Amino acid sequence: MGWPLAVSAALMDRSRGSLYNALLALAAGHMLAMAAILFPFAALLFLAEWQREIQVGAACLVIGLGVYLLFNRRHPRFLARVPPSRLALWSFLAAMAHGAGLMLVPIYLGICGTLEADAGHVAASDLMAGNAGVAVIVAVVHTLAMAFSGGVLAVGTYHWLGLRFLAKSWFNLDLVWALSLIVVGAISLFAVR
Amino acid sequence: MNLRPDPTFHATPKLAMEAPAETLAFTLMLSPDGSQPDGLAIVDVDPSSDTFGQIVHQVIMPNKGDEFHHFGWNACSSALSPLTGHAFLERRYLIIPGIRSSRIYVVDVKEPLKAKIHKIIEPEEVFAKTGYSRPHTIHCGPEGIYVSTLGGGGKDGTDGPPGIFIMDCESFEVIGRYEIDRGPQDKQYDFWWNLPRDYMVSSEWGLPPQFENGLVPEDLLSDKYGHRLHFWNLRERKNVQTIDLGESHQMALEVRPAHDPVKEYGFCGVVVDTTNLEGSIWTWWREGGKWHAKKTVTIPPQPAKADDLPDMLKGFEAVPPLVTDIDLSLDDRFLYVSCWGTGEMHQYDVSDPMKPKLAGKVEIGGIVKKAKHPNGKDFGYGPQMVEISRDGKRVYWTNSLYSTWDDQFYPGDRGAAMVMANVGGKGGLTLDKNFYVEFPKGYRSHQIRLEGGDCSTDSFCYPSV
Repeated sequence: MGWPLAVSAALMDRSRGSLYNALLALAAGHMLAMAAILFPFAALLFLAEWQREIQVGAACLVIGLGVYLLFNRRHPRFLARVPPSRLALWSFLAAMAHGAGLMLVPIYLGICGTLEADAGHVAASDLMAGNAGVAVIVAVVHTLAMAFSGGVLAVGTYHWLGLRFLAKSWFNLDLVWALSLIVVGAISLFAVR
Repeated sequence: MNLRPDPTFHATPKLAMEAPAETLAFTLMLSPDGSQPDGLAIVDVDPSSDTFGQIVHQVIMPNKGDEFHHFGWNACSSALSPLTGHAFLERRYLIIPGIRSSRIYVVDVKEPLKAKIHKIIEPEEVFAKTGYSRPHTIHCGPEGIYVSTLGGGGKDGTDGPPGIFIMDCESFEVIGRYEIDRGPQDKQYDFWWNLPRDYMVSSEWGLPPQFENGLVPEDLLSDKYGHRLHFWNLRERKNVQTIDLGESHQMALEVRPAHDPVKEYGFCGVVVDTTNLEGSIWTWWREGGKWHAKKTVTIPPQPAKADDLPDMLKGFEAVPPLVTDIDLSLDDRFLYVSCWGTGEMHQYDVSDPMKPKLAGKVEIGGIVKKAKHPNGKDFGYGPQMVEISRDGKRVYWTNSLYSTWDDQFYPGDRGAAMVMANVGGKGGLTLDKNFYVEFPKGYRSHQIRLEGGDCSTDSFCYPSV
């Protein structure tokens, strides 16, 4: 998310280094947004006997956000107030506003649920540490995937494709994104038995 | 909402220059005495068309007395750029303010030959939500559509300073004032910015009592019109520096930043120096974290007999150039300067922004010279609002300045006109004999916008490479 901003930053500075710095800042902001959403849920999982309710709640939250984004198709204006130099902040806020972190929650809870079923009854403190660890892994894997795909596009545009690619490659994914939130929520609801 | 970016999204000034040329122009028509409603003329500028140089459609407003002046697009390349938050808008609506009525029209030009009014924002809404009046320059920016105003509140617009307000770029709701800290800014005219560098520059004309009923000679001779440039932190909405060009440099009008956002300089035109009647161009730039401005072009007045001059100028025995509009080509190479008094359009090579060189000149109209168009017709007034095609090859201009000021410098009704000049490969400017737009009787012509964007509306988020 946000890779064209990295291309812009690099072109403005006329430096390839700025491209990678900008991509790093975008990834860091994104990662922080994932963590900010996942860790509270990691802590909640301490209440192991409520796991089912937590999972249902999280799935409903994700579906709710998807429905909201489906009908409210307007972009948050506060993002426009972030100066172009504050890329990490922009990335953090953009990920929050789009519910990128929230989308991971059902997936994360699903993974934890599977792990616990295998582990049987371990000490609560171990369980929580384990859950936090999984949260970190989920956030990192997700951020890496995003940074890699965005990075490939940014590097490609900067070095070879040129800015014409920007107009050619860009699609309005608002609708797809809102629908995918609903789908993820629905699948996880279904998976909670 | 589109699924793909608007075809008129140009990431860089260079890509905008390479895009297909304009085939239509949009020109504002105003009724100087308010006896007819103002309108928008859609002009055929496609040389291969049978109606080349003719008005092919008109949108006439439902009110009288608006006085159309400047206008702009709902979305330009910056708004249509990915990640602005509204990248899938269309460049579809023209936002047309009435400078006298404070009413704002939103005209849908998706089908230009069927252009129609989409929305009308009544003056009361502007007053109530902003405390400003007399809306002027329109630019689409990070938080929506930015509108500069010339007046504050109250009947004569002097209750509080004028400023800039923001409109929603989708619903066209007036949101509210832009400024959080305006510093010493107390007058307003034009503004423009550099989006990636996050700064804005604004200029000063005068307060409504200084222009609405005509130029006030006493105010001009005592240097009471605007003469300062204000530099803003765009997203913090804060005036960070004000530069006084010197009190004799009366009326600092159009602000034209370099289009390539890598460059941190731009230009501003000053109408008249009250010590010697010169017009001037100033280059402003940022260096060492501070803003600077320097006079880089002066245009001298031309001697004239008192008998040939309108009352206001008789005592001076000279006609001032009156630099009323300037415009910069998308490659940041040529700056066009309207000398509305002497009847000249100057073309400066500004490849070195600190040393502009006169590269071309056209004489047409003028208070004294009254130079005719190559087709033999009179031009009435002098070259005024100027617009350059994106590819930089054609320059269009009209002839009216502002209803009451027209009457002071060019008494009588002399007819609206819009002409076009072709630009030579290495500069140089020649009027096109076959392009001379005539307007319906009783109207005057003002600002021009070009289909797909033009050189005084498009802002870019990416540098030309």
